[in-house]
Amino acid sequence: MSSLEADVLVIGGGSTGAGVARDAALRGFTTILVERRDLVDGTTGRFHGLLHSGGRYAVKDPSAAVECIAENRILRRVAADCLEDTGGLFVATPWDDPDYGDLFVKGCEATGVPAEEIPVAEALRREPRLNAEIRRAFVVPDAALDPWKLVWGCARSAEQHGARILPYHRVLDLEVVDQRVLGALVRDEHSGEEFRIHSKVVVNAAGAWAGQIATLAGCVVNVRAGMGVMIAMNHRIVNSAVNRLKFPADGDILLPLRTACVIGTTDVFVPDPDDTEIGRDAVDLLLDEGEKLVPGFREARALHAWAGVRPLFEDTRDVAETRDVTRSHALLDHMAREGVAGFVTITGGKTTTFRLMAEVAVDAVCRQLGVERRCTTAEEPLPGSESHTLYGLDTRLAAREPVPQSEEIICECELITRSRLEQTIKRRATTNLDDIRRLLRLAMGPCQGGFCIYRATGILHHGDRVDHTEANRALVSFLEERWKGLHPILHGDQLRQARLDDWIFQGILDVEHLPA
Amino acid sequence: MSDLIRASLDHCVKCTICESFCPVSQVTPLFPGPKYAGPQAERYRGIGVSPDSSIDYCSGCGICTTVCPQDVKIAEINSRARAKLWEERGIPLRNQLIARPSVLGRLGNPVAPLANWALHNRAVRSLVQSVIGVHRDAPMPRFAGRTFQKRSRTHAGAADAPAVVYFHGCGTNFYEPILGEMVVAVLEHNGFRVIIPRQDCCGLPLQSNGNFPAARSYVRRLVANLAPYARQGLPIVANSTSCGLMLKREAHEILGMDDEDLKAVSGSMFDLMEFLLGLHDRGELRTDFGSLPLTVPYHAPCQQRGHGIGKPALDLLALVPDLDTIELEVDCCGIAGTYGLKKEKYEISMAVGKRLFDDIRATGSDIAACDSETCRWQIAHGADVSAVHPVELLHRAYGLDTNGSRRAHAGAAGRRERSGS
Repeated sequence: MSSLEADVLVIGGGSTGAGVARDAALRGFTTILVERRDLVDGTTGRFHGLLHSGGRYAVKDPSAAVECIAENRILRRVAADCLEDTGGLFVATPWDDPDYGDLFVKGCEATGVPAEEIPVAEALRREPRLNAEIRRAFVVPDAALDPWKLVWGCARSAEQHGARILPYHRVLDLEVVDQRVLGALVRDEHSGEEFRIHSKVVVNAAGAWAGQIATLAGCVVNVRAGMGVMIAMNHRIVNSAVNRLKFPADGDILLPLRTACVIGTTDVFVPDPDDTEIGRDAVDLLLDEGEKLVPGFREARALHAWAGVRPLFEDTRDVAETRDVTRSHALLDHMAREGVAGFVTITGGKTTTFRLMAEVAVDAVCRQLGVERRCTTAEEPLPGSESHTLYGLDTRLAAREPVPQSEEIICECELITRSRLEQTIKRRATTNLDDIRRLLRLAMGPCQGGFCIYRATGILHHGDRVDHTEANRALVSFLEERWKGLHPILHGDQLRQARLDDWIFQGILDVEHLPA
Repeated sequence: MSDLIRASLDHCVKCTICESFCPVSQVTPLFPGPKYAGPQAERYRGIGVSPDSSIDYCSGCGICTTVCPQDVKIAEINSRARAKLWEERGIPLRNQLIARPSVLGRLGNPVAPLANWALHNRAVRSLVQSVIGVHRDAPMPRFAGRTFQKRSRTHAGAADAPAVVYFHGCGTNFYEPILGEMVVAVLEHNGFRVIIPRQDCCGLPLQSNGNFPAARSYVRRLVANLAPYARQGLPIVANSTSCGLMLKREAHEILGMDDEDLKAVSGSMFDLMEFLLGLHDRGELRTDFGSLPLTVPYHAPCQQRGHGIGKPALDLLALVPDLDTIELEVDCCGIAGTYGLKKEKYEISMAVGKRLFDDIRATGSDIAACDSETCRWQIAHGADVSAVHPVELLHRAYGLDTNGSRRAHAGAAGRRERSGS
């Protein structure tokens, strides 16, 4: 059995894990990150995309609000290319407690979250589709965050500093000798090969799965999975992140994310973070809440629904409502807790504060190793963000503009050219079209792959690497994965699209009977 | 309202029917096509100005919206994007000039002989092309000298006949007043009294050149003049398909206007051929047509199809003994109002029209019929035939053509002049 060596082994390829790997690598530790599936395939890749200003937590969870606004300011500098400066609004609809506005003002003042009240007419001028019955409106520095760019940016930066990033590597066991974690036994999920990684410290950044990992070291981490459902709408119904001016609740955020618009979210405990069935009640609830913010919302086209699981850390049992659990992160040094050395868990928190979580985790690594190395992630920009220019919605359209018909477009909705797709397939060396989707937004537009995925499959097969059996499998598994997010919201325009797509794939290509 | 236009992009299933019908993207790579520029690009348009200045190469013919099976307001989305582009960048002087036909008409008509000489003089046109940007070969109508409004002022119809209101538009007023007289004669022949209110431009050229505020002012002024008649329940007929469509639909859908006057006028507006065919359907159209042994290719202009009324001219011309019409199947002549006048778009416009011109020539006829004035001017220029409004043929078949000449006026849509006049 072969083995690898590292100072730090990070388990988990979401924003926290990638942030930890980058931070550790920047501080000069040899670092390996393992993720059982692809990067950003878990919670980070399934959140709504809001870079919080802190306004949401200003009343209920002031320390979370303070962290959010501090990290918001830092990420605007170091992760500029992953952010769009949409700005945010908090609006009081007729359904919201009219007294909350004053609490909000006080909370924002106390936590340093800039919130400026604007006349309702001004809010409606900015967002003409908002409910004209809103009573108060505040402007906050929310932004839209592209989770895929963020995590891959961290991963690339970590690699540039010597780290190894290993997606599709599952931790089978942790090696614990004399109350010290010495590393992990992992399996390459593509080749099936098993091998050991020896490390000085293991950082458990497995989010909602952190409890499962901790068990392997004989430790206890109570992380409950709070499932949240989100629905992407076909186009930007609003151009700024719109929050309801009330205590955080279900379906109270509507924000633009790239070409779509996301309504979120719900919050239900699930026993297994891998079992996230989207119920019709959740979809109905979100559409109803959307209707309160934007009249006509239910008639707008829903593209896709998905569910993510928040890692909600509890040190005490018997918490009934997941929203009552703190949204601040938890750093658990298992040496102090259980006397297990070389093992640190960082969990809880939210994507907005991922960098801070990584910082405190690597600080704990330093303490374990008895060294002092300063964190630089608040100053060092991510690859692609060196110019500190925030991403613009129109970037892809502008890139095509000089000669609009110069190159074949494979994914028309998300404006992905053939060369861009080919380069990405080559770089990732993957046969999984869903991996490509997360990198490029392939098939994430209105037709949900109806027109681009058979083209992309052909391109995947075009090289020598992928034979027809694998290409066919890639096509079918992609369609199955997309379908999971389509069937909960199928009505109106998207149902019509799904019928057309169905004719293409079942009627023309007969995908269920492709040659194996 | 304008949000509903944008929201219609939700209906797009990417079927690409609009792209396969777009006459512009078929002949130039400069316009990326209606689906690309419309429901696709619209998703990339936020609060700022959109980077896709290629939208300006959309001619605004509206075929995309007409053919869309999902009811996406493609042309309307594109018109609004174009207007936003020009709002940000400032509308060039050329576009401001050619978008005001009534201003040009008031300037040109009093000095018609001089203006006509200048507009058809190679040297002057070359100068105009380089200074202003109007292509020197682009088709230009001739100023009539005396406007239709002036000519018709002394005209009196039968006082006790049912009334119809005539919206003649700028083309008739300044360039083709004799066409206007034929319209009046045909309507009177069918027992109507024709009311000709004072009227100015409908604002369509300003709309298609992206100046929405100015276009709205024109619409408001015009509908203020027409609305009192509409409220009396009188039908309003227009022989210009595009100007009629502006008041029927586009001022509301593209300019986002919801004025009461406009609503009243929209509900009473008929295309002339639609109105006449309606009479025929009710058995009220006189069919005392004489023989007209002609073969006439007929082109239904894009904007006429935007009315959603079929091709009523074909049904009407079929009533005329010995008149054969050939329905042309090419969608667009290329001119799209003022599009083909622009020096950077003239070649595109002619390339769009080429198949139409070829088809007309292949018929061997030296006359073609088309409802829209700018399309007639383009067809006359591109196919080298006389281009007439279908009502001119009805007029002749009714025997109303008193002086007996085949064309009663030295029309603007006459054959291309070859001399270096």
